[in-house]
Formats: sequence, structure tokens, C-alpha cells
Amino acid sequence: METLSMKILKALETNSRLTNSDLAIMMDVPEDEIRREISRLENEHIICGYHTLINWNTVSDEDVTALVELRVTPQGGDGYQKIAEKIKDFPQVVTLYLVSGAYDFLVTVKGRTLKEISLFVSGKLASLPEVQSTTTHFALSKYKELGVDLDVEKTDKRMVVTP
Amino acid sequence: MRELLSQKVLQLKPSGIRKFFDVANEVPGVISLGVGEPDFDTPYHIREAAVQAMQSGKTFYTANHGLLELRREICNYTYRKTGLKYDPESQVMITVGGSEAIDIALRTIINPGDEILYIEPSFVSYLPCIIMADGVPVPIELKQENRFRLTREQLEQAVTPKSKALFISYPNNPTGAIMEREDLEALADVIERHNLLVISDEIYSELTYGQEHVSLASLPGMKERTIMINGFSKNFAMTGWRLGYALGNQEVIEQMIKVHQYVIMCAPTVSQYGAMEAMVNGEADAVSMRESYNQRRRYLHHELERLGLPCFQPEGAFYMFPDIREFGMSSEDFAMDLLNEEKVAVVPGSAFGESGEGFVRISYAYSIAELKEALARIERYIRKKRGE
Repeated sequence: METLSMKILKALETNSRLTNSDLAIMMDVPEDEIRREISRLENEHIICGYHTLINWNTVSDEDVTALVELRVTPQGGDGYQKIAEKIKDFPQVVTLYLVSGAYDFLVTVKGRTLKEISLFVSGKLASLPEVQSTTTHFALSKYKELGVDLDVEKTDKRMVVTP
Repeated sequence: MRELLSQKVLQLKPSGIRKFFDVANEVPGVISLGVGEPDFDTPYHIREAAVQAMQSGKTFYTANHGLLELRREICNYTYRKTGLKYDPESQVMITVGGSEAIDIALRTIINPGDEILYIEPSFVSYLPCIIMADGVPVPIELKQENRFRLTREQLEQAVTPKSKALFISYPNNPTGAIMEREDLEALADVIERHNLLVISDEIYSELTYGQEHVSLASLPGMKERTIMINGFSKNFAMTGWRLGYALGNQEVIEQMIKVHQYVIMCAPTVSQYGAMEAMVNGEADAVSMRESYNQRRRYLHHELERLGLPCFQPEGAFYMFPDIREFGMSSEDFAMDLLNEEKVAVVPGSAFGESGEGFVRISYAYSIAELKEALARIERYIRKKRGE
């Protein structure tokens, strides 16, 4: 059996606009319990935010995303931790993963223009003393984000009425 | 031209659903709660298995009764679910959807004039299939006050010396009703005493909420006389694959295979490979879909209660069957009016037999967001009708 918190997390992951009252009805538990559970999940930083997935490209030309590969020199006892702390501080950085393979960090960077991102990568990231090299990939098209198809409005492929 | 055609077919009524579809389909901006199939895509790994089968050239006929490996997996699955053992060689056959199994089961057991008792309201094809097989359809009208379950008394009353078989379908489309073990037990000795065969359409067997589905065949003495029909459409979100199966007594299945082999040859091969993946690795998908349906079920039922539309809380399938008699309209007029006024499509209860009159079928194979929008429209509509 799935726990209540797992059910809540799965429901909110795809629709964070569900109200406590909706969730209480859906899970068949008192609203108080939902409220308590969600507070706990927020306090423990399991729920880290209630963001909205926006396809910015449809409303603005000033939305550029780049994936930056970083090769770094890990620091003695701290390994990658210290350098990760430094990188994630930049507001331009939207995701930061330590990865296996030919490089160490994969950083998603957002900015308004190609130039802005280029300056950020060369001026800020590349100039960190631990960074050995960077490779920047500008995103040309976004097809899917957070499991959602951005290209088309999801349409019901079923016929309107069936037996 | 008509005089050249079969009287039997000419006299069949066209499906009420079809008629309603033609209208609803033309309404722009319609929100439909009228669909009788899952909103989930077929799980990716199942689609992938079928693509692989196709690419590796597994595109020939299979044995008439289906791939042996699939029949084995179906028997294993059925054993896990019901504790019933069926022999993959002789007691199971793969069909083109549950629909074909319904048709050939009826054709295999009916001699002209045999009475077939069937529950109503029910799926649209039972009645015409009985007629086309030269049976005499005897509907048993289920009651809202019994939560649309079939009672022993109702069955006793309907049985005559000409009764050949009882046709039941639980979890039920359109009512969402289920039959619990004690409900089925109450029927078993009537079935035995009158020597009835049973056709049990269990196509929604994975979709019960709160308790596991119980198959009539799992009751003492019932397996031998029951043709159990199931399939992949609803349980694994595979409607378009057209794949079902029938399990039963060897002597019955053997004869059903004769009908099937002359009419169909075999069920689609690629679909059979997809179905095999569903049987072997698909149960987790069924569990997660069931949890989603359950959440929507609670939500929709809560909302119908809030709106004061009488409706028992259904425990199976993905339908609710609220009572709309307070509005003094036929279910068809109600559905048509709701469609015109608020662009919400629900299915008139009368499409599922005369005893469905006064009700509409609402499907909850929709996201909560869609249900919310549809319910807001329904609320506006009924408040207007009530003059609030």
C-alpha cells in the first residue's frame, strides 16, 4: 500500500493547484490530516516549491537555455561539495547535477540572450579556480520539460462518446 | 433495397450511444464525460513490446485460439487473481476484444428460442448479440435501491424452463456496481438448481475500489458452467488493441473456437505480443491506474452529493450513474439539453436499456482538472433547472 504522503506527492507533482479540500476528498482522509502532512513535507523540504511550468518561448524571445558541461578539480577532503556550493549560488543556474562520465557537472543555465549566457559562462563559471574546462550547448528547441510535452496542447485522442 | 436485407438485422435498434455521439461530436468546446475507455495511454513498455514484435517480423497468423505463451500467461494471471486453474491448452481462447467473446459465447450456447437472462442497465451489445444468435433476451431490471446488484429474488422470478443462461457483467458498465462474494453466493444455488450456464463479462476486473473483484466462477460448482470473459481494454488501457479472452469448460471452449476460427481465424498477432507484456509486467500499471481512478471516483461522488444528485457510491469500473428524475425529462432529453446549454456530454441511461431511463452515465476516466470544469458547468445547469 502506498502511504498517504506518497499519494499526496504524486498528486501535487502533476497538479499543484489541487486544494487541501480536493486532496482530502481524493484520498478519503480529513482535511486536517492533509494540511498536517503537507506542512510536514514542506518543513522537511520534501516539497521544495510549487512552480508553474511555463513555455516562455511562446511569449518572449528573450529566453535562452544552455546546458554547460564542467570539468573540475575536486577539492581534497570536500570532494565536489564546495565547488557545487559555489556554482549553485549563481541565480543564472537553474539545475546542477554531478554526473558520471566524461565531465563532472552538468549545469542548466538560463538567460535572456546568447550573449548574456556566454558572458556568464566565460566570466563566472570558467573563471572559478577549480574549473578546468567548459563546454556550452545552447538549446535550440524545447520539446518536453518535467514530463510535459511543450509542443502541442495535450488533446484527448478518444472519441467524444463511446460505449 | 431493405426488403432484400435480413429482418433480424433490420429490426435491431441502432445504438443510442452512436446517435448521441453524432450530435456531441459537432459541438465545439464540448467537455465530454461520455467516454467508455481509459484516459491513460497504453503503458509504454507494452507498446514497445508490440513494436518489437512487429519489427522482428512476428506478423503471421497465430494458432486459432491464440499464442500458447499468452494463453499460459493468462492462465497464470487468472490463477493469481481468482485461485482458479485453467488449462492453457484447452480452456482458454484469445478473442478480438471482450466483444467477440460475448458474441461467440452466445452463438455457441443458444438454440433458437432459448432464453438468455441478462442484467439491465448494461453494456450496449448484450441484447443485440442475443438476438443475432436467435436467443430470446430476458432483461432483469436492476434497482438503484439494491445498488444495481442482482438479487436472488430477481433471478428466481426471471427464470423459466426455457432459460438457458444468465449473463452478468460486474464491475458494471454503466452503473459502476460490483457483486461481493455473498451476493454471488446467493445466486449460485439458483443457477445450479435450474441448470443454467453463466456468461460472466469481467472486463473491468482490475477496477474495484476497497475490495478485490470476486469472480462467480470461483464459487463452488460454478467454474464448470461459467464462461468467463475478460480482456485488456479497460484493465491495461488497451482499447484499440482489440484483445480479449474467454475461459471456461473445455467442451464449451472447443466449440467456441470452431465459431472463432471460421469467422476470425485468430486475434491480431501484434496485439497478442503486447498483451503478453501486459500479463507479465503490467500489474504495477494496473495498480497505479486504479489508484488514480479511485481518487477521481471519490472526488466525483463527493461533488454529485454536493449538487444533490442521488447516486450510490460505485465500487467498480469508472462510471457513476446518477438519478436525474427530479428534472422531469427523459435521460435523452436531459443529456441533449445539458450538451446544448453547457457543452457537457454525458450518456443517457436509456442507451443501456429501458431500465436505465431516468439516469445518466458519467465517466470519470478524466483528470481532476477536467472533472472540475465539467462539474462547474453541470452545477450551473442544474441550478438553472431548479430555478435557484
